[in-house]
Amino acid sequence: MKLKILSIFCSLLLGIVPLAIAQENADTASVDSTAVASPAPVSQLTAVDTDNDHGHSISLKWEPSPDDGAGLKSVIGYEVYRAESPGGPFVIRAALPSGASSHIDVGAKEKESGDYMADYTDYYYKVRAITADSLVYSDSDVFGPVQCYGQWFNTGRIPVLVFVIGFMCTTILLIQKAKSGAKLFVRRLAGIEAVDEAIGRATEMGKPILYVLGLGTAADIATIASYTILGRVAKKVAEYQTRLIVPCYDPITMTVAQETVKTAYADAGRPDDYNEDMVYFVTQSQFAYVAAVNGTMLRERPATNIYMGLFYAESLILAETGALAGSIQISGTDQIAQIPFFIVACDYTLIGEELYAASAYLGREPLLLGSLKAQDYAKAAFIVLAVIGFLTINFGIDWFKQLFYISN
Amino acid sequence: MKRQIPLALVFIFGIFHIFQYFVPHESSEWLYEFFLKWIYIIGIFALALGIWSLIRVSWDKVKHRRPNWPYALITLGGLFAMIIFGFDYFRHFFTAEGLQNYMFRAFFDYILIPIQSTMFSLLAFFIASAAYRAFRARSLLATLLLLSALIIMLRFNPYLGFFGDYMEKTASWLLNVPNLAAKRAIIIGVGLGMVATSLKVMLGIERQYLGKD
Repeated sequence: MKLKILSIFCSLLLGIVPLAIAQENADTASVDSTAVASPAPVSQLTAVDTDNDHGHSISLKWEPSPDDGAGLKSVIGYEVYRAESPGGPFVIRAALPSGASSHIDVGAKEKESGDYMADYTDYYYKVRAITADSLVYSDSDVFGPVQCYGQWFNTGRIPVLVFVIGFMCTTILLIQKAKSGAKLFVRRLAGIEAVDEAIGRATEMGKPILYVLGLGTAADIATIASYTILGRVAKKVAEYQTRLIVPCYDPITMTVAQETVKTAYADAGRPDDYNEDMVYFVTQSQFAYVAAVNGTMLRERPATNIYMGLFYAESLILAETGALAGSIQISGTDQIAQIPFFIVACDYTLIGEELYAASAYLGREPLLLGSLKAQDYAKAAFIVLAVIGFLTINFGIDWFKQLFYISN
Repeated sequence: MKRQIPLALVFIFGIFHIFQYFVPHESSEWLYEFFLKWIYIIGIFALALGIWSLIRVSWDKVKHRRPNWPYALITLGGLFAMIIFGFDYFRHFFTAEGLQNYMFRAFFDYILIPIQSTMFSLLAFFIASAAYRAFRARSLLATLLLLSALIIMLRFNPYLGFFGDYMEKTASWLLNVPNLAAKRAIIIGVGLGMVATSLKVMLGIERQYLGKD
């Protein structure tokens, strides 16, 4: 009996195992029949060092898979892999959407970083065309070796170099011309001409002059231009023996302004009248600074307020408070957004470049006038180039525009 | 010598920064970043000078009871209070130091920020008063300005219907054509002015910042 049961069990087992294997094969066959087919791989993969950079970067290009958007339409994206030897191990560097045909592999320049990419080291790349099924993909041929390295000259900035050299040469030529005695015409700047009048008014009224350098630092060109005007104003103030108030937003700006005013007083022959507290630091908080300057305007009631330099949202608050206090106001800034506010609230406004022209206008020195004329010639050149550009583009000529193309 | 050394330094560093713009190499970047760090270092020393200036000017007002001296006293009080709380001098506040100190944060969040917001909100009223002055049709140009401003202000008005669409198109044209052209002209002028001023500073033509008249 036992033997009979055992033989039935064995026969069942022998029958079930092949059946199970057959079933498993059948399942596999059904998976194979529904699986995503491997897409065609990307072709013509190339990798070169990225141009005009500091190194640590390689630019890749390839022809997308024929199954990307066409053919099987199964490619949903690409993965870029990098290795230090052709056999790997490859590390994924980027995942890109379908249609991508280029990528710039940028590594870190710090050796401590996990993403560090060494210059002058061989790298190998491959691009994987991926499908919706993570197990189905196609790899391109491995490309390499390729090395990255930094360049010593950015060829993408040649137009800027040409402009800088041209402008420098023009400036030097015009300075020489001015030094040789040639008369250079400079149009009048009402805002600057009004400075003397405003200082005279303050003297007559016995009230101080408030000079605001704005929110710029000593490294900002607008602030540097403002120092020149401050020097001239301080000299006049010293001559007329009027009081000058210069509240500063930045400590470095304050230090330079103190030196400028001190020298202006010495130049005016009144070094003893200079008081270090004329130029003082307030705060580096924008609206706290505004509150302090507005407070000074309303308490001291200066006869003249001069705003020259870099201004932001505080420009209108300052200028309107000054207008309410009844002061004559002269302003100048290169911040486009603030110019309308100053025009509305001030009596005179130096618009944009006029702030930079003010020093030449005030000094009337050949050296300064020469640079001013160079600016005018450069503007004329810009107008001519803009007109030529407009015409060439409208006539479908592209090379002229390309001459001025500047990369990164 | 007092003038020559700073002028030579300005020239050398000016030329370096021009070259640096055209040299993307890592060593050039490293040198640039190295010089930038000096700005922070100088800034820290200058901040000490600035704080000293603030204390001296405010203390002078308090000491001599000059007009409005209580404001100077509040300034000094605020300055020292924030410094003390920043250092967490009073340990009984049981909080972290510096910016995380409870009192420091309370002063900052509940006094400084509301005051700053108040100052900023004044801008709305000042824009209204400035607009009132600017938009008086005293001349042809002022009238054109007034009309342009009206179109731009009314462009998003939902009650204008078809007329509103027309106004929006006109406003877009005003902003994108005449306004943008004028802005670009100013930007080009500013750019040239910046280059010219930088050149003057580098060549030592412009040296007012050194105290030369």
